Amino acid sequence: MHQNTQPLVATHIEPLLTVNDLVVRFDSSRGTVHAVDGVSLSIKPGETLGLVGESGCGKSTLGRAIARLVEPQSGSVRLGGVDLTRLTRSGMRPYRRDIQVVFQDPLASLDPRCTVGMLIGEPLRIHGIGDRRQRRDRIADLLSKVGLSADSADRYPHQFSGGQRQRIGIARALALDPRLIILDEPVSALDVSVQAQILNLLVDLQSKLGVAYLFISHDLSVVEYVSDRVAVMYLGRIVETSTREKLWSSPAHPYTRALFDSIPRIDTGDLGRRRHMVQGDLPSAYNPPEGCHFHTRCPRAEEFCAVESPILRTVADSHVAACHFA
Amino acid sequence: MGEPVLSVDGLSVRFDRKGGALTAVDGLSFDISAGETLAIVGESGCGKSLTALALLGLVAAPGRIEGRSVKLQGRDILGLEGEALRRLRGNRIAMIFQEPMTALNPVLTIGEQIIEAITAHEDISHQKARDRAVSLLDRVRIADPRRRVNDYPHHLSGGMRQRVMIAIALACNPALLVADEPTTALDVTIQSQILELLDQIKRESGTAILLITHDLGVVSEYSDRVLVMYAGRKVEERTTRDLLKSPLHPYTRGLIAARPGRHHVNGLRTRLSEIPGMVPSLAEMPHGCGFAARCSFVVDACRIARPPLIPVGADGAVACLRIEEARASEHAAARCDAY
Repeated sequence: MHQNTQPLVATHIEPLLTVNDLVVRFDSSRGTVHAVDGVSLSIKPGETLGLVGESGCGKSTLGRAIARLVEPQSGSVRLGGVDLTRLTRSGMRPYRRDIQVVFQDPLASLDPRCTVGMLIGEPLRIHGIGDRRQRRDRIADLLSKVGLSADSADRYPHQFSGGQRQRIGIARALALDPRLIILDEPVSALDVSVQAQILNLLVDLQSKLGVAYLFISHDLSVVEYVSDRVAVMYLGRIVETSTREKLWSSPAHPYTRALFDSIPRIDTGDLGRRRHMVQGDLPSAYNPPEGCHFHTRCPRAEEFCAVESPILRTVADSHVAACHFA
Repeated sequence: MGEPVLSVDGLSVRFDRKGGALTAVDGLSFDISAGETLAIVGESGCGKSLTALALLGLVAAPGRIEGRSVKLQGRDILGLEGEALRRLRGNRIAMIFQEPMTALNPVLTIGEQIIEAITAHEDISHQKARDRAVSLLDRVRIADPRRRVNDYPHHLSGGMRQRVMIAIALACNPALLVADEPTTALDVTIQSQILELLDQIKRESGTAILLITHDLGVVSEYSDRVLVMYAGRKVEERTTRDLLKSPLHPYTRGLIAARPGRHHVNGLRTRLSEIPGMVPSLAEMPHGCGFAARCSFVVDACRIARPPLIPVGADGAVACLRIEEARASEHAAARCDAY
């Protein structure tokens, strides 16, 4: 039970992915949303970066922009030295193998008339990998990797439970041996007992295959479990990034502390704990507050927080936060 | 505490179909006292939401509600129909749902919807009902209620809509408030605001609250007692403190241990304990214990007959033949320090 499943991540290794000052805007009749507002981050090979934030903070859009499922307005996304944002559609194709995405319900976006075997084999077919027989063997191998029986290949998505469907989504993402998988709320729709099965599977696969994860979730306890490092997003900006240990032991940004404080805990020694709640609602993304986006809800805010946007600065070794008081 | 506000005895919900009825809620009994929150916790499909709906007679054909009795303040409300049922709903029992946007009418202002809830049960003037609507909005801590009363639901955020739902639920000062996953669709910072509000209402008005949730953290902080459901049945009922400190049923233990978080020892990640397999489907419900197929303590006897509820402590109960074995097992030790 106490087996070590932690991947070893050496600090001197070059990043696999480097995102620099990425901006994604959406225009609509109500105005412009800065969904991703100048985000920078990096992920090392075999590492899990957790990306946490509330609905509308831009975490899913950031994930999609990294996979170039949405087009960023500016900034760069470098994968092993190549800036993906400068590639043409066809130039991007070889790199699509390297970055795969798993959604909350991966099969909701796939053709229900296809068998699971066809769905998992589709990326192989598109990228012209192997002949029919080799692909069939590869599909069987992928199914076994994710803990499904070989005969699953002939069945249809609707015949599977939520947890099994997520296994199928993971098998499809693994088909092309990606270097990075973007997991967008992969366990949010699952019951806790099944959630544990999928989290264990993801951790096992990472230690076997050395794939890196960008793990996007609103659930801090899930993020804590899987992540080596964690980035916290609020209204399009990253407000804090650190290692898992440091973020949990000494969160520097008031928003991170508020998030931690809001989670109801099982704490038998401390029943009846009453916490410091964040006041008010999440501001509209169309019209985020000036200065520090969080100042309208921040217990520490002072007048100049409404004027001056704090930049991310180092508060400790491998720990940055964007707060005037951090 | 005297007589319970709600006393449910042998409640079942069945769905008729060719080849025999499916039992989704199976002989559930529980009480809730004034000023008390009972949480019903369980995973999807365990029958927890259906239990809530059945209390308000909100199960449509082919569903059938059965039972010995459902007493609200001493009066049996099981099987009430028509006008008698209408007078009960929104008056003595009120309910709030997971998704307030689908429960609110998009073409009426929130004021009109609160007034409607009041005048459906009380013969008072429109102006008085309107004044009460404003004070209800104030009570659920909506700022500037005189202006907000004219807003439409789409003007409001998810958290504000849920506050409006709570205002409507409180319109006639119900004895019992049924909250079905009231914060599951909300962000975590808003969730804590809404749960604090419900807790405050309970303390101020002595309302009994039935809180349906899948989240053990919510259970821990906002309930007095917990009823754990699995496959339509009660498997354990304890005070919240006892349940989290020393869970007895293997399913309860599994639920607590499967929660992620605080699983790092000296910086190294330890494996999450899984509950293998899946919940049995209603059509393939086993004769014996519903959890038998996933339980690591299972013996033949578990599969033969449904395990009876055994009293535990002052007012707890657990339906398991193997508590002693489960208790003795280090392997199943729950991690209560996780969140």
